[in-house]
Amino acid sequence: MPRMTMIEAIRSALDVSMLRDDNVVVYGEDVGFFGGVFRCTQGLQQKYGVSRCFDAPISESGIVGTAIGMAAYGLRPCVEIQFADYMYPAYDQIVSEAARLRYRSSGDFTCPLVIRMPTGGGIFGGQTHSQSPEALFTHVAGLKTVVPSNPYDAKGLLIAAIEDPDPVIFLEPKRLYNGPFDGHHDRPVTAWSKHELSEVPEGHYTTPLGKAVTRRQGEAVTILAYGTMVHVALAAVEETGVDAEVIDLRTLIPLDLETIAASVARTGRCIVLHEATLTSGFGAELAALVQEHCFYHLEAPVMRVTGWDTPYPHAQEWDYFPGPARLGQALRDLVEVR
Amino acid sequence: MNTLTPLRFHVPEPASRPGGKPDFSGVAIPKAGSIRRPPVEVAPEEIRDLAYSIIRVLNHEGQAIGPWVPDLTQDELVAGLRHMMTLRTFDARMQMAQRQGKTSFYMQHTGEEAVSCAFRIALGPNDMNFPTYRQAGLLIAHDYPLVDMMCQIYSNEHDPLKGRQLPVMYSSKKHGFFSISGNLATQFVQAVGWAMASAIKRDNRIAAAWIGDGSTAESDFHAALVFASTYKAPVVLNVVNNQWAISTFQGIARGGSGTFAARGLGFGIPALRVDGNDYLATYAVAKWAIERARLNLGPTLIEYVTYRAGAHSTSDDPSAYRPKHESEEWPLGDPVIRLKQHLIAAGAWSEGRHKQTEAEILATVIAAQKEAEAFGTLHSGGKPSARDIFEDVYAELPPHLRRQRQQIGV
Repeated sequence: MPRMTMIEAIRSALDVSMLRDDNVVVYGEDVGFFGGVFRCTQGLQQKYGVSRCFDAPISESGIVGTAIGMAAYGLRPCVEIQFADYMYPAYDQIVSEAARLRYRSSGDFTCPLVIRMPTGGGIFGGQTHSQSPEALFTHVAGLKTVVPSNPYDAKGLLIAAIEDPDPVIFLEPKRLYNGPFDGHHDRPVTAWSKHELSEVPEGHYTTPLGKAVTRRQGEAVTILAYGTMVHVALAAVEETGVDAEVIDLRTLIPLDLETIAASVARTGRCIVLHEATLTSGFGAELAALVQEHCFYHLEAPVMRVTGWDTPYPHAQEWDYFPGPARLGQALRDLVEVR
Repeated sequence: MNTLTPLRFHVPEPASRPGGKPDFSGVAIPKAGSIRRPPVEVAPEEIRDLAYSIIRVLNHEGQAIGPWVPDLTQDELVAGLRHMMTLRTFDARMQMAQRQGKTSFYMQHTGEEAVSCAFRIALGPNDMNFPTYRQAGLLIAHDYPLVDMMCQIYSNEHDPLKGRQLPVMYSSKKHGFFSISGNLATQFVQAVGWAMASAIKRDNRIAAAWIGDGSTAESDFHAALVFASTYKAPVVLNVVNNQWAISTFQGIARGGSGTFAARGLGFGIPALRVDGNDYLATYAVAKWAIERARLNLGPTLIEYVTYRAGAHSTSDDPSAYRPKHESEEWPLGDPVIRLKQHLIAAGAWSEGRHKQTEAEILATVIAAQKEAEAFGTLHSGGKPSARDIFEDVYAELPPHLRRQRQQIGV
């Protein structure tokens, strides 16, 4: 089986989808001839022609607004917002339009649309190239929100998102594009080729939306993570020796509450981990759900390890990023609670 | 030493306010029949003047004159008159129903009936409109059932939208009428996307975008023009300039550009201004733009110069922001009266037939209203199920919504 980086896996998902369905169109800023600033769409215009893969003006509301019209027509647009940080001009189109079209028209019009956007930090992108805005999407009724953590899932989830009848926000952790990243920024960069989840089938397959996966089984504590943080969690577990269970959520909405609740009921402890800011982050929702559904199993308060409630700084990136040291400390604190 | 005069902040004001005398001296009205009709293949730069003029067909005597006289038969014009009369009567009944507490909200079209009624006739059956809240003529002139419209307004058990939408935010794919949002300008760029999709699929259908003068100030309007221009999308970009955005006069959105049509020029989009109270001119200009789109010649921007004779909605009183009798002074008159006058002058209509038709239409609308009210009104009778709150959020009900639905026990 071929090995792929996350970029290659995403490109493969788009290629497979465009080949199978003429209605799949791909566009965004720098997406056509050049193939995207992260090269996820490289070669697609050459293979499928300019009417299936093309450059868009620098207008996020225009990109998403036109894509909604295309989806209402019957196409399956998969558009790219160059950085998740740039999506705010499109937010009205996403929230008031894409998310509600099926509802407000009682199914007369639907919006099978995928909006891909690179998310998260770790690349010295400063406040405009590092944000993790997933909670701004999970808060909106009618959207599905997906965050893959590896090439195999990225391809399967993206194909599933494109085939989904509803709008899907597909957040691609940009620090994972070229290799798994566990938060140890001072160590040499590792390549996907050495990771088992870089084995990606060339053809069509889907990873179902709404299903989490357990990356490491453990008995002492459950760590809920997604995207880059899955790798941070695995590193922290190894370094602390705490026997933690690591759950990769993969899809935030719909959320696989069953897998989460079953795990926390067994371990009795839970840490929620994300890169986004703390207050009103998706971790707050996870903590509330764990509390509601596992209260009688909990032996300690649910903890959150996240980015700080500040804009994403540039020079102080590694003081902001919730890496394995911060998580490791939280793990040790949590297992000591009696 | 600083000798500069201090800067002055500029806020445009309308020509007159409540208590003042209506003043439309700033609205230059060309003579009917005086504006040339270029071929649809014309280069945009050759017709820049049409963005600053007003194309008119009906003169003061009700005669249709000049190069824009459309190829509509007298029967078709009578049908057009009936559509406008139906819309006006429908409005009056629904406005009253709102005052009687049968619904929460209503928006009338008074004075603007020609725009949507004539456009619908010019459009093909499979084309798609992306309307705002003041284009119900697109439905009425396309034989959408009045009862269904009323059931939507009443949010009753037969509401096609299951009580989820504000009154008048209709949706009917079958009738080429995209779901109305209520957020302004968002649909304008979606129409461009729909048109791009039609071109991508080598289809023959075109899209029509709709927006009011006020919301052309939204960035989505700009985005729509950029995308329409870049991809030469087969779309007609309709700006209905009814002079007022709730209480804000059109000068606040227009700023220093002479007209709303002129907004198209910087994008290389042919832009025409038309007398929106002239059914024949509106139809003719719409037809011209639709033909351009159909021939793959790209987008056209049309500004319909009209006047919102009524309130913005049931929630405002225009006498608080404009002279009470301003609408009577509007120099382009009333679209229903003007078409009626034309048909009478042409010998195809009479005062007697008009009165009789008015009575017939009123009876039809009242009958539809009775039928709709039998299915309930907002606060009494049949209403949509609480279960409908949870349906159609997604194609399939996800687990968290299933749990919430169970909580309210439906």
